[in-house]
Amino acid sequence: MESMVTIFLFGKQYRVPANLTIMTAMEYAGYQLVRGCGCRNGFCGACATIYRIKGDKELKACLACQTTVEDNMYIATLPFFPLVKEGYDIETVGTTEAVMMQLYPEIYACIGCNACTKSCTQGLNVMQYIAYAQRGEFEKCAEESFDCVMCGVCSSRCPAGISHPQVAMLARRINGKYLAPGCGHLEDRVREIKDGAFTDLIEALMQKPVEELKELYNHRDIEK
Amino acid sequence: MYSEQFRDSLAAVEAARAQNIALDPARMTAEEKERLLAAYHPDYKTEEFSVLTVGPNAGDRVPHELCELLQAHSRITEQSVDLTTPAYDVDVLVIGGGGAGASAAIEAHAAGANVMIVTKLRIGDANTMMAEGGIQAADKPNDSPAIHFVDAFGGGHFAAKRELLSKLVCDAPEAIQWLSSLGVEFDKDADGNMITTHGGGTSRKRMHAAKDYSGAEIMRTLRDEVLNRRIPVVDFTAAIELILDDSGKAAGAVLMNMETKELLVAKAKTVILATGGAGRMHYQGFPTSNHYGATADGLVLGYRAGAKLLYAETLQYHPTGAAFPDQIFGALVTEKVRSLGAKLVNKRGEVFMHPLETRDVTAASIIRECADRDGGLSTGNGEAVWLDTPMIEQIGGEGTIEARIPAMMRMFEKYGIDIRKEPILVYPTLHYQNGGLDITPDGMTPNVENLFVAGEAVGGIHGKNRLMGNSLLDIIVFGRSAGQHAAACAKHTTVGALTLSHVTAFEQTLEQAGIQTDAVSPKLLPNYTKQPAF
Repeated sequence: MESMVTIFLFGKQYRVPANLTIMTAMEYAGYQLVRGCGCRNGFCGACATIYRIKGDKELKACLACQTTVEDNMYIATLPFFPLVKEGYDIETVGTTEAVMMQLYPEIYACIGCNACTKSCTQGLNVMQYIAYAQRGEFEKCAEESFDCVMCGVCSSRCPAGISHPQVAMLARRINGKYLAPGCGHLEDRVREIKDGAFTDLIEALMQKPVEELKELYNHRDIEK
Repeated sequence: MYSEQFRDSLAAVEAARAQNIALDPARMTAEEKERLLAAYHPDYKTEEFSVLTVGPNAGDRVPHELCELLQAHSRITEQSVDLTTPAYDVDVLVIGGGGAGASAAIEAHAAGANVMIVTKLRIGDANTMMAEGGIQAADKPNDSPAIHFVDAFGGGHFAAKRELLSKLVCDAPEAIQWLSSLGVEFDKDADGNMITTHGGGTSRKRMHAAKDYSGAEIMRTLRDEVLNRRIPVVDFTAAIELILDDSGKAAGAVLMNMETKELLVAKAKTVILATGGAGRMHYQGFPTSNHYGATADGLVLGYRAGAKLLYAETLQYHPTGAAFPDQIFGALVTEKVRSLGAKLVNKRGEVFMHPLETRDVTAASIIRECADRDGGLSTGNGEAVWLDTPMIEQIGGEGTIEARIPAMMRMFEKYGIDIRKEPILVYPTLHYQNGGLDITPDGMTPNVENLFVAGEAVGGIHGKNRLMGNSLLDIIVFGRSAGQHAAACAKHTTVGALTLSHVTAFEQTLEQAGIQTDAVSPKLLPNYTKQPAF
């Protein structure tokens, strides 16, 4: 017989198999999910969840699809959090720290409590990447925040009202567009294609009988 | 943490590791591949398919589950919806909030169209978000669009529509450039050269990546751009039927609020279906790597309105779905794990194939290893083989896994498995809908005017099997193109009187064919209540 645990979904008690995730446990209990369920694989941030184990004072945060249930787990999902997302034009946004001052000035009100980092469902050093953003060190902010799934738990715990995932998103786009080195071979290839350098080759492939294409495919060189 | 039952096999894998790293297993010949696929690939199991009896593809075979939805009742009747007072009236209506839909919306907006997105979950809840390994483009000096074409055409069993495939490969470098210009962070060396690897069936290293969050990095950037442009996104709202006008052109959709069930009408000059795939249909009982909403909705909507399907009988089973532990059963283990050097190993520690054959061949080979060669280990969720991840650290140096595939490391770490030190158990998982709605190179369906399709809902770009990295590519190339063409087309379109008469006509066809069914479609979401297995 499979082992069972007791969990509390929004305070209500259910018995569920111990090997389920919080998400599949909710479904086992009978919830047909609409909100709070996206990729089911830890990439989309739809299923941010807050929980506490009975007898433990500490409030923990996780992704419901990535966390196994525990006995006496009190669970509340956080399917939406009102993050602040400022609009900007990526073509003119610039790369100086003034960008952050203009769009997300609240990051300078960070009191250093580290609640964001402690609550991060991906285990990221959130307070550190905000510090990088404050200093206009967008490359470091981008690297430190790269694995963010934008679930919003950090912001829900922040006394300064910072929308950490959106700050990081801006830093990554600035880094990707302006600060990362340009790619010469890519620019060359786009130009060659526009100049028609491959038109004849492709045209020939379009016309070739399938048997000839099979020969080509089955005997092609494969780069080591 | 691996339990006692795996210990002996783990020891065998470890003991053979040094020898297995040195091994260069031969690739299969064309004949070997054909025999293997016919015997073991799920697409070849004829008893798993039904023949459609009504609609544009009557006479063609599709999986049972899809057949049921294509020949099901509508969620509405012509009489139950008031088409005279649309809640939305736009130039371009994009249905679906994944990578294709977002790309289409951005381009339509850039072309000056009044465009909106409707999506049944949130923007970004899509397979794009979960694509890990990368995106192909022939942009290195030793590569060319022609070589990319041959790789993809052969990998897809010479069945792709050549005019679609040539567009895919020729527009690929520009797609990467476009993403870069939006701020997508690709893995590059200090000089800006793209760090590229092989995928299964590629003859050049042309897989561009953003660690193993490639799709997530692309999707969150596209989403940010959609929001910056203030393109309206109506979320938690599903399209449940296409609307045509009295001349038969696509002219909008009936929408349903997923939470309140309220029905709304969106009127549009052109419609782009970008509804994605079908993993949550669990064809043949397979688990899936797909997101929650992957239920083939677009195929149903298009089919009922008269659009034709192409290769809907071909599905992609990703060779390496996680087989253990239970909590991540069916989740994607990116092909990049094999691109970086990990090999597939059976329970006795033997390498049983070249790790970078195409996905259909690799999946069939794993199934054979388990079913007929006593090479699989029983996991409680069926059988599985090892993917020997510690090889990566030995080949690429310590730290390679954390730098290149951090998501994989994190996924298994949560269950006490350190993939730098221990191998992982894998088995094929339902991953991709190779087929879909037929389109011309401008993205429009040949049978329904002003109905465009982009992304996984399209059939024919890849033929009957898709190479790794060509799907992230196709959603960008064909998503952008659909947005541009739909915006241009909207400029000279006048919408006539709206109608749902095709819904009534389809019901009549069902009746005439004697089809008795309780099924209604589109499915919208799977039902997992009391079914924890997936």
